[in-house]
Amino acid sequence: MALDITSENGAAIAHISGEIDHHTARALRTDLDRFIIAMQPDILAIDLSGITFMDSSGIGLIMGRCKLMKECGGRIEIRSPQPYIRRVLRLSGIERLVRIT
Amino acid sequence: MEILNEIKFSLPSHSVNESTARAVVSSFLVQADPTVEELSDIRTAVSEAVTNAIVHGYRGSFGKVDISVKLLAGREIYIRIKDCGCGIPDVKKAMEPLYTTAPEEERSGLGFSVMESFMDKLTVRSVTGKGTTVTMRKRLKVHGR
Repeated sequence: MALDITSENGAAIAHISGEIDHHTARALRTDLDRFIIAMQPDILAIDLSGITFMDSSGIGLIMGRCKLMKECGGRIEIRSPQPYIRRVLRLSGIERLVRIT
Repeated sequence: MEILNEIKFSLPSHSVNESTARAVVSSFLVQADPTVEELSDIRTAVSEAVTNAIVHGYRGSFGKVDISVKLLAGREIYIRIKDCGCGIPDVKKAMEPLYTTAPEEERSGLGFSVMESFMDKLTVRSVTGKGTTVTMRKRLKVHGR
């Protein structure tokens, strides 16, 4: 699992690659929260194009960051989930809360 | 049920073994020639069940997670994941979507919902203080080569 954060047109983009499960979500949570609190971006786009596996731990991770971003006055977006990841997202109903492109 | 092949293994309840369990089950099932989608579904369901055993079954303690996978006649997959942890006092409640006893770990409460959606059949048996056994079945499609 790897995390790279870049900036594009004022939005921060978190490129996550590898697998998201309960084990890897912990480190991602710590790194993302550190970035959100320090930088307070208006938009944090989570790019899932490099994700090869995600279970419901990924949903918990996104929901938690969604809450933190809201507290900081910003919002989360999800970008480029593969079809299989999109099924997990759809099952959670997260599409009602977060823009997915 | 006619068993064509089977594998049984145990893992310590370290969270790093969530991916180990997925990898072993996937490797075993390749012989059944599942589609990419079917294999993804099964990997996800296994990950959810093993994570539940680690996070909820053995919360604050360690134990063994026993995994049994059978390839049955008629392209049916049988998977049993068993822990000897604290058990689930109310299985019906635990299976409700979004219900979780570990919100501090950002558990979404969707584990059983994912297992139910991605597999054909899910059975959860639990005894408080003794552990939980999750049984899942999925029939693979017949597809041409």
